[in-house]
Amino acid sequence: MLEIIRQVPVEYYVLYSAILFTIGVMGVLIRRNAIVVLMCIELMLNAVNLLLAAFSTYLSDSKGQLMVFFIMVVAAAEAAVGLGILIMIYRNTKSTDISLLDKLRN
Amino acid sequence: MNALLPLIPFLPLLGFVVNGLFGKKLPKSLVGIIGSGTLLGAFILSVLCFQQLGANSEPIQSDLYRFLSVGGLDINFGLMADRLSVWMMLIVTGVGFLIHVYSIGYMHDDEGFYKFFAYLNLFIFSMLLLVMGTNFLMLFFGWEGVGLCSYLLIGFWYENREYGAAARKAFIMNRIGDLGLLLGMFLIFYTFGSLDYATVFAKLEGADPAVVTTICLLLFVGAMGKSAQIPLYTWLPDAMAGPTPVSALIHAATMVTAGIYLVARCNGMFEMAPYAQAVVAVVGLATSIFTALIGLRQNDIKKVLAYSTVSQLGLMFLSLGMGAYVSAMFHVTTHAFFKALLFLAAGSVIHGMGGEQDIRNMGGLRKHMPITFWVFLIGTFAISGFPLLSGFFSKDEIFAATFAHGGAIWWGLAAASGLLTAVYMSRLLYVTFFGAFRGTAEQKHHLHESPLVMTVPLMVLAVLSVVGGLLNTPHFLHLGNDQWLAHWFSGNGVNGAPIIPLAEMHLDVSTEWMLMGIASALAVVVLVVSYFLYSKPQNLPVSDSEQQGLSKVFANKFYVDELYNFLFVRPTEYLSKIFHYYVDIWGIDGIVERTGAGVQALGGYFRRLQNGNIEYYLIGMVAGAVLLFLSMFL
Repeated sequence: MLEIIRQVPVEYYVLYSAILFTIGVMGVLIRRNAIVVLMCIELMLNAVNLLLAAFSTYLSDSKGQLMVFFIMVVAAAEAAVGLGILIMIYRNTKSTDISLLDKLRN
Repeated sequence: MNALLPLIPFLPLLGFVVNGLFGKKLPKSLVGIIGSGTLLGAFILSVLCFQQLGANSEPIQSDLYRFLSVGGLDINFGLMADRLSVWMMLIVTGVGFLIHVYSIGYMHDDEGFYKFFAYLNLFIFSMLLLVMGTNFLMLFFGWEGVGLCSYLLIGFWYENREYGAAARKAFIMNRIGDLGLLLGMFLIFYTFGSLDYATVFAKLEGADPAVVTTICLLLFVGAMGKSAQIPLYTWLPDAMAGPTPVSALIHAATMVTAGIYLVARCNGMFEMAPYAQAVVAVVGLATSIFTALIGLRQNDIKKVLAYSTVSQLGLMFLSLGMGAYVSAMFHVTTHAFFKALLFLAAGSVIHGMGGEQDIRNMGGLRKHMPITFWVFLIGTFAISGFPLLSGFFSKDEIFAATFAHGGAIWWGLAAASGLLTAVYMSRLLYVTFFGAFRGTAEQKHHLHESPLVMTVPLMVLAVLSVVGGLLNTPHFLHLGNDQWLAHWFSGNGVNGAPIIPLAEMHLDVSTEWMLMGIASALAVVVLVVSYFLYSKPQNLPVSDSEQQGLSKVFANKFYVDELYNFLFVRPTEYLSKIFHYYVDIWGIDGIVERTGAGVQALGGYFRRLQNGNIEYYLIGMVAGAVLLFLSMFL
């Protein structure tokens, strides 16, 4: 298993993570649908996870993978809270469009 | 007696606390009883002190506690009664008691009845501290306390703006004098290292005369303010805005004599400073004549008495300046009797006339108010120096001392002042009580003699005004008690030396007889001539607009108020306007307001960032993260 993973050069993992992360960032910035925004945040987190796992394997250091579990736990909690907020927003505005959330203005 | 001594000032303080806190709910009769009763207690205790001091002149002392201890300065809250203090205590509590009783009648219909008695008691407390203190700081306490009470009582009817202004005027004038007293105290401490009378007076021997002269002059500035001497006298006539018992108690009989007490207490210092004595004498004589001239043409019954008070105080200072301290204290005593009497009688007149104070609207009151008339007559004759009444003896002593120390010219000027006293007082008496009634019909209908609670104190004071002179009769009359007061004051003070040493007067008996004869003859002639003068209607005082020449100048008080207004009040107002507009509004307010405006403008720019668009925030966040990230490589 380790060999299989190591057949792929580490640059590919880095490049792939960067692409995933950028897609996540662009999604957060461009999309207005709150559900998509949340998913894009997950995407960014997982891009980081992938990178951590890859380097952990190449360096034979398990601390990186330990970190991944932490991030997954936080991401799960964050998704739960985020979705909860989302439901409340939907109940109030009948929409998941985040650009409508400008009540604090003026 | 030592244990009971603190009770003397603290009884009136108790009266003040009770009346001040609960007086509003207590019935008026009880307020009056508390107010006068505490004072009667203080008076009785003072009499006990007096008896003990009569047997043994060692001062009674009682140090309550260490009030202040800073560096080399140790000040005890100490009370004492030596022969000088006890004399003042008797005057303050005795005359004060009579005036309290009188006030029960006079103030009966006033809303602030309880407040009036509370203030009066506080005043008595302060005055007792002033005369009973064992050091200059205690004296200063009392000094400031009486000033405060004077302010409160002048402005007692504070709804009237003019009265409030008079109260402020009195307070500010007094503050100017107080500064002198305070500086004098600093210099005393700097020179002698203590403020205790005993220490200071004991160290006086080795002191530098120039420093002592400076101290004396500074103390005298304080006395000028409190005892209303030129140039600080203008507050006293205005102080007549207060209720009449206040004028009688504070602005005639007791508080204004605090300056005399101060100088008499420090007589050892003044004896070392002939220059300061000369200043005291000149100021006293000038004040006496100057204000007597003003008094000639005043038409407010209380204003005449006020100028007369200033004039008499001037005579007392003249006497102090001539080194005749006992004569000054003697005149303080007799003056307390007859001036309190005159003021209270004037109050009785005002009471009967329903608030009228202008003598041009009175006249013929003799028939309607017989008791008031007779006591006023006695007061007038006493102050004018009618033979064998109290003022005759006390003034004669002052004149004799002036002749002995200053010579004929000084004596002539002093006697002229005495003559003027007789002129304006007889004018007041005859215009008010003789001739035909000139008031309105309503006033005539209302006119009545005052109740007994007011007239009994008047009668007591009248008796005192008649016999008060026997306290200190001149030796050449051989009345059996010659110079009793002088011997009394030569008792030991706190430093073991006589309070006021017995002075020898170097005058022939025949000279003394002559001086006395001239002065009393003048007084009698004036009193008689004035009667015929003012019983004619064409000689009655005219209205203000008809005044002409010199009498117009007198009636307008030599325009001193206008002069002070021009010299001090207006420049101060102008200066305060400059400070108001340029320093306060433009400067200080400007800094605050411009700081606020600047912050507001800055906020105006930054608020544009907060446009409520979430994408916008997110872009900002990402851009920030990218910038941070890049900065790590750059």
